[in-house]
Amino acid sequence: MDDFYRDFILDHYRNPRNFGHLEKPDAVAEDRNPLCGDEMRVEIDVDEAGKVSDIRFSGKGCAISQASASMLIESAKGKSLESILTLNEESVLENVGIDISPTRMKCAMLGLGVLKSAALAGIAKANPE
Amino acid sequence: MSGAASAVVKGERDVRADFPILGERTSRGKPLIYLDSAATSQKPQVVIDALDRYYREYNANIHRGVYEIAARATDAFEEARAKVARFLNAGEPAEIIWTRNATEAINLVAWSWGGANVHAGDVILVSELEHHSNLVPWQLLAERTGAELRFIPVDDRGELQLDRLDALLERCVLVAVAHVSNTLGTILPVAEIVTRAHAVGAVVLVDGAQAAPHLPVDVRALDADFYVLSAHKMLGPTGIGVLYGKRSLLESMPPFLAGGDMIRNVSYQRSSFNELPWKFEAGTSNIADAIAFGSAIDYLTAYGMERLRAHEHALLAYAFERLATLEERGLAIYGPHDPGRSSGVISMNFADIHAHDLASILDTEGICIRAGHHCTMPLMGRLDLAATARASFYLYNDRSDVDALVAGLEKAATIFRLS
Repeated sequence: MDDFYRDFILDHYRNPRNFGHLEKPDAVAEDRNPLCGDEMRVEIDVDEAGKVSDIRFSGKGCAISQASASMLIESAKGKSLESILTLNEESVLENVGIDISPTRMKCAMLGLGVLKSAALAGIAKANPE
Repeated sequence: MSGAASAVVKGERDVRADFPILGERTSRGKPLIYLDSAATSQKPQVVIDALDRYYREYNANIHRGVYEIAARATDAFEEARAKVARFLNAGEPAEIIWTRNATEAINLVAWSWGGANVHAGDVILVSELEHHSNLVPWQLLAERTGAELRFIPVDDRGELQLDRLDALLERCVLVAVAHVSNTLGTILPVAEIVTRAHAVGAVVLVDGAQAAPHLPVDVRALDADFYVLSAHKMLGPTGIGVLYGKRSLLESMPPFLAGGDMIRNVSYQRSSFNELPWKFEAGTSNIADAIAFGSAIDYLTAYGMERLRAHEHALLAYAFERLATLEERGLAIYGPHDPGRSSGVISMNFADIHAHDLASILDTEGICIRAGHHCTMPLMGRLDLAATARASFYLYNDRSDVDALVAGLEKAATIFRLS
């Protein structure tokens, strides 16, 4: 875990990319980790092709949750909502590129869950029953 | 012959030797620096031995068997109850009810006493810094009965504000308050609260989960109506706790859980109930853990609770002094900075390092601390904190643990490039 806190992780923690809010997001999701109180919100805009045209996240949490989310959110821009639903733990870990201990895996995956919920909300909105 | 029973006063180093786990190393080869006793304490060899001996030598159900080991188990179980009664200065062992933990003890009072005595429009008063276990049972009781839940406020430093207490006590039938804050370590003015609550006829439950392990407790001097604790925070095993209640109250209360052992006579349509304390102990009790908790009480008594308080006072003073050197780098400590008003807990944050990251970095050095909301989410919201890192001390900790903590914090500062 010493190795986790590398420069680029701390950079994403202190300068998270796409942090903030969208004017009128097409889809929104939020969640919190009840164990530690970390919370995260993801807002996305979707274009006609069903791809993420813009994205923001907000909330507070540890370096692991914030940096993992920042990197994941950054990579989600331009992806289709369907392809976001196929992201999994491995995609996050690949992004981060560093081992995460089992006790901190929930922190690293907080952003993934919220991003996928936002994608689901976007799909539901595009396909009203 | 257990070491704890000997009258020899041990040095701090000898005390550590009584706790096998403190000789363990982490997978990184670091010695274990255990600073999370507020979550659960470590266990001395005498407690582990007591568990082992019960299962090896005289495992039998209690209160029924006529054979020798059943009698021996019953005696040991009831003797442990008597030890707890003496430890808390209860009036008699029958005022000590075994539960699973402090949480279950609070729930017992909420259902049994609360169900019979709390009505719509009554007030239940708790403080803003309670552990969830001394809040949620009262929320549910208020919902069931239509009672109103009120709060003794805390200020920005987490100090209880008693200036409005008399107004809050109007229509109050029950006050439930912690003796020591598990999040901040603050020793709360429970004696004053008990006196003022009794003046309006309210009953007082004191949550002693964080106090009984660290302070001399005299329930009769406090005049607490109920006092609860968990054995595992005071050198005992998990799964056993205590409800102390005044006999007159316990006798007036209906049973909580029903089943074997708590009855006197049973027919198909109705039953009569056992006398105290067994009226509240349905089913086979946690015999082994109760007996082992008795050994933990022996150990604490032999060590001396006044001495324990003095040890932690000195250690806390040393920790505050050492940690002050990190304040200019952004270390913030919550709660009282006064070891005279605090018990064994230091809650902190370090610059912009999240408490979980701090705990992870300290873990790499073998240092165990707690990070998070410490089961006091409303208090964290009140103090506008998302999480804190909590280091907590006990009789087996010494200055070398504080030094290790400070070194670990310095390592965290380096990793996070704090100036």
